[in-house]
Order: sequence, then C-alpha cells, then structure tokens
Amino acid sequence: MSDTNTGMVEKYRNNFLKEVEANVEEGEWVKMCMQCGVCSGSCPLGPHWDHPPQELFMMIRAGKRDEVLESTSMWMCTSCYNCIVRCPRELPITHIMHGLAHYATRLGIEPKNQPTRKFAQLFWNNLAKNGRVNELWLGVNLYFMDGFVNGIKVALGMAGIGLGMLKAKRLSLKELVGGHTVKDKKGFQAMIKKAQELEAARVDN
Amino acid sequence: MSDIVATNQTILVVGGGISGMTAALEAAEVGKQVILIEKRPFIGGRVSQLYKYFPKLCFPTCGLEINQRRMNANKNITVLTMSEVTNLQGEAGNYTATIKISPRHVNANCTACGACADAVEAEFDNEFNYNMDKRKGAYLAYNMAQPQRYVIDPRMIGTDDAQKAKDACKFDAVDLDMQEETIEVKAGAVVWATGWRPYDANKIQPYGYDRIDNVITSVEFERMMDPFGPTGGKLVRPSDGKEAKNVAFIQCAGSRDRNYLKHCSRICCMASLKQSTYVSEKYGDEAEVSIYYIDIRAIDRFDDFYQRVQDDPNVSFIKSKVANIVENKENGNPTLNGVDTEGYNRYANEHDLVVLAVGMEPSVDKDTFPIEIKVNDEGFIEQDEANGGVFAAGCSSDALDVNRAVQSATASALRAIQVVNRVAQAEG
Ligand SMILES: Cc1cc2nc3c(=O)[nH]c(=O)nc-3n(C[C@H](O)[C@H](O)[C@H](O)COP(=O)(O)OP(=O)(O)OC[C@H]3O[C@@H](n4cnc5c(N)ncnc54)[C@H](O)[C@@H]3O)c2cc1C
Ligand code: SF4
Ligand code: SF4
Repeated sequence: MSDTNTGMVEKYRNNFLKEVEANVEEGEWVKMCMQCGVCSGSCPLGPHWDHPPQELFMMIRAGKRDEVLESTSMWMCTSCYNCIVRCPRELPITHIMHGLAHYATRLGIEPKNQPTRKFAQLFWNNLAKNGRVNELWLGVNLYFMDGFVNGIKVALGMAGIGLGMLKAKRLSLKELVGGHTVKDKKGFQAMIKKAQELEAARVDN
Repeated sequence: MSDIVATNQTILVVGGGISGMTAALEAAEVGKQVILIEKRPFIGGRVSQLYKYFPKLCFPTCGLEINQRRMNANKNITVLTMSEVTNLQGEAGNYTATIKISPRHVNANCTACGACADAVEAEFDNEFNYNMDKRKGAYLAYNMAQPQRYVIDPRMIGTDDAQKAKDACKFDAVDLDMQEETIEVKAGAVVWATGWRPYDANKIQPYGYDRIDNVITSVEFERMMDPFGPTGGKLVRPSDGKEAKNVAFIQCAGSRDRNYLKHCSRICCMASLKQSTYVSEKYGDEAEVSIYYIDIRAIDRFDDFYQRVQDDPNVSFIKSKVANIVENKENGNPTLNGVDTEGYNRYANEHDLVVLAVGMEPSVDKDTFPIEIKVNDEGFIEQDEANGGVFAAGCSSDALDVNRAVQSATASALRAIQVVNRVAQAEG
C-alpha cells in the first residue's frame, strides 16, 4: 500500500462515500444515484464491465473500498456519454468513472495491467514531453505494451493502417527522431509542473 | 347564449373533467350560481377515456353518470361546451372573463339519433381514442357523451358532406351557419380545473414510440379495452393484430427524469397495476405481464391493491429502468434492454406489446393562462395568495388520481364560495 492510500484509509475510516465525495472528481454526485439502472443498460461496453456504474455507486455507498478502487470497471469507460445523456438524475457518470480511475492511480492501487490504464499512461508520457502527441512513438509504445514478441505481431497486423496514415500524411517518419513540439516547450513544461503542484496541494488538503 | 346571467357572486369553473364537475356541483348544491366552461364538446374529462377505475375496478361511466344526474337536477349550473376562456381580468370578487364559444353546428333539437353521422363520408383522427382510429365528420365523441348532442367537425363546413348531414337530420338540428361567439361574463371567483395531458412519448427517444409499432402509451392501452374503442375491446398489437398476451409496462416513462418531467406523476404505478389486471381479464392464465419499475409507488391504501397484483403468478416485477427498446424485425416484438438492480443482471427481453406508463403534465402551458398565475416548476398551479380569487382544482394543481382530484376540487369550491360570500356580505 502506498502512503497516500494508508493515509486515506486512516482519514475516512469506514466512510468510503465521504472519501469519494472529497477526493474524486464529481464524487459528490454519487449519493444522487437512485439505482434505476439506465446507465448500466445504456453503456455500449457494459457487458464487459465487472461492475456497471450503477453497481459501482452502490458499492461506494456500501463501503466496498478495495473492490471499487482496484476494479478494472471504470477503466472500461470510453467516454461515449450515453449514460450521462440518459441518467434521469443528470449524474456526470462519465466524469465520475474517470475520477475514480484517476483517484485509484493517485493512491497507487489501480489495476496495473488494465490496457486502458496502460494506454492512458503512455499517452500522457508522450504528450507531456513535447506538448504534442507523437503518434509514431505512441503507436510503437502501444504495440510493445505487452512485450516484444506480441508487439511485433500487433505491429505487423497494423502495418496496413500505418502505411495508409503515412500516405495520407497523418504520420511522419521524422517523428522517430525528436518530433514536433509546441512553440514554447519550456513554458509548457513549467505549466504542467505548476498544475501538478496545484493538484497535489488540493489533494493533500 | 346572451341569456347567461352572471354577477360578482357567480363562480366560474374552467374545465369540465371530474374535478371541474365536482367543484361546480359542490358550489351549486349550496346555492351558488356556477358557469362551467369546457373546451371539448362533452364533459367528464379524461376519466371518460378510462376503461376501469382503480382501486375498485368499477367503470368510470357509472361515477360520471351520477355526477351528470346531479348536474341535470341543478338549476344553478350553466354548462358551456366547446368553450374557452380567452381573457380574464380583475381581482377576487370582481372578475370579467371573455369566453370564446366555438360553433358545434348542432342545436338543442338533436336527439342523438346519429343520422347525420351515417350520411357523411369525411373522416378525421379520433381524438377521443388518442388518434388510434378515425371518426366521422359528424360525431358524438363517445356513446355516453354529455351533452348527448352531435358535433359537426368545422373542417367539414363548406363541403358536400356538411350539406348531407344537414339534409339527413329530421329534427332540423344541424345548423351550418352557426358562428363562433365571444361573450363576457362576470364572476367573483374562478376554479381552474383544466386537468392534465399525457406526456409526449415521442420525446423519450430511447423507447422508440415513434419508430416501433408495438410500443404504445398507457392512455392508448385504456382505450383498447373499451368495447366501443379502436380495437373493439381486443388487446391486440398495432403492428399485426396479434393477441397481446405477453405485455410489458415501463414505469416512469417521462417522469422522475430531469430530461423530461422532473416530478413523479404519482398515478402511473397504480395505472399499470390496474392495467395488469386487464391482461388477465382478457387472457386468464395465458397472460404474462412484466412491470419494469424504479420503485412502485402505490401510496396509502393502494398498497392492498399492489399486494394483490404481486400475488398474481402471471405478473412479474423487474426492478430496473429500461435503457432502450429495439424492434425484432422478424416478429415485431419490442426487445427491452437493461440491467436490473437486484443482482445487476443484464437482460434483453422480448414482449408482444410494450406499454409506456407516461407521465402527467398540466394541460395548459405555463405562459398561456389568460391571467397571471403562480405555477411551480412543472407548471402545476400553486396555492398562492397572489392568485387572488383563482383556485386550482384537480390535476391542474398536481398529478392526482380521481380520489385526490375530487378532494382538491371540493377544497377549491369551498375557497371560491368564501370569496363570493364575502362579495355577498359587502353588497348586502
Ligand atoms: C393511464 C391512466 C390511467 C388512470 N387510471 C385511473 C384510475 O383507474 N383511477 C383513478 O383514480 N385515476 C386514474 N387516472 C387519473 C385520472 O385520469 C385523473 O385523476 C383525472 O382525469 C383528473 O381529473 P381532472 O378533472 O382534474 O382533469 P381532466 O380529466 O384532464 O379534465 C380536465 C378537463 O378540462 C378541459 N380543459 C382543458 N383545458 C381547458 C381549457 N383551456 N378551457 C376549458 N376546458 C379545458 C379538458 O377538456 C377536460 O375535460 C389515470 C390516469 C392515467 C394517465
Ligand atoms: S442512470 Fe443515473 S440514477 Fe440511474 S443508476 Fe445510473 S447513475 Fe444512478
Ligand atoms: S407513480 Fe410510479 S411510474 Fe409514475 S412517476 Fe411515480 S414512480 Fe414513476
């Protein structure tokens, strides 16, 4: 367990709902859920989740802290917004899903091998470097996410699409070395740093 | 019509549903002068479009008839049908109402023999049956309609059909030259009883009311049970006329939902519980009813009714707000998709017919009242000092069942009586 995680367990004891309300983006909405089930039924990926949103909300109220935060469920959210559109209580469900995933990550107890989580991390690392997404490196890293052998397989499978993107100038081989950046890269990195500090300060309070 | 006598001691009742009738009777039976304004060609309101009443499962025509008799026996009530209040001015104890009376084109000579209807060919959507079938251009809204007087649809005026209707009438009751009239009446107090309308099911996009034939509304389902209704009393599917034995009810269709109506419409749980008995009435043990709900709100003494339906082995309850409905193109069955709350089980259930328990909204739009009036977020009239001598009765004040609508109407009648009594005292 990370220190932050132990700290939070200490701080909120048995009140996981309070913890979510205080720390998860849009978490204060959780108690508004009336358990109608429309979100779960509307989610296109719903059948592949261990716990659909409605169930996650109930689990939060029931104090099932570990089951929720270690769950892969909220990582399955593709931000299609179907649930938000239909929720009769207007809960920002999509944002809560991302909020939960983010919170779990902050605590260091997220499911490490969940592919969306891995991709999100790759994407962030890639973006945070130059302020622009380097598609080529993102693709390469993504292919090799599950190891070298598998990466070659995936890459070969995707070769057609890659060549197509090259032709359509959506992908440039120049990106392999350096790649394009934002104009003021230093400024951008300072901005990110500051934002991270602010966020850390907010969370610690 | 100019023979109507109205003074500051008259009570004007707007809307002739069960609430308006009740308010009018309560006031008239203690000796007050009442003018009852009804927009449609008949009084009785939406209750007349119900097959049976919960909780006793008796026929509404019976209760309506009793009220009708009371009205006929009372000289203090003047009823104006096909009329609307277009303007209302003044304050408690002193109102002037402008009333527009549309031409019925049939006068008091009418014996309701129906010869005019037989003679005409033109047909129009039948509003009484929520447009599920057609009616003639000369018509009586339904067999028991009060007053028992036919109507010539204004869209027929100027056509050969209109002339045919006139020629067919042996009593010289058809008057094609009848014109719209506007009159002004005085009143000391106003009871506003314009009732409700079903929420527009087309707005609930995921349920496909506009796309799927076998998805209907609860009000349409009521009409299907009427032996004189659009299906001759048969419970069949609109798409192919097949017997609808496996019927699903979807609760809160448009209610308790910030995308549609925020409020709980309060009667629809009971309406679906009642309608589940219709399926059993038609198909006995072959009936298969599923009720999809968030929670069943069978309030107060209605709980007995709920328990009885729960005991019926042919009725099952699924705790889940259905996410969406798609049509199985092969057999026309609507398929309901969702996840239930008791176990989080994913389902895709097919039914013969799906009934949306649509919500109730006020029949008069917020901004169209002829006088400034305080309404709540949902458009129901508040009981507020600022409304002066205008009092809401029945479903214009809230989503209510008949029992509560009648209570509300009696209360409003009493308030109106107090106002005109004060006028009487002042005038000596
Ligand atoms: C599917 C369904 C089933 C139901 N079943 C039952 C049941 O079994 N038992 C029960 O107790 N309740 C039942 N209800 C509820 C019941 O229908 C209402 O309680 C009842 O209709 C209320 O009567 P009302 O007079 O307030 O309104 P309404 O019946 O709506 O009457 C209002 C009248 O005012 C007239 N009007 C409207 N606007 C104007 C205007 N501008 N000027 C003049 N006149 C106007 C209308 O034409 C109408 O005649 C059911 C409701 C639904 C939706
Ligand atoms: S749709 Fe909204 S109210 Fe319904 S279960 Fe999901 S979050 Fe809760
Ligand atoms: S009465 Fe029942 S169906 Fe109607 S809105 Fe309320 S809970 Fe929903």
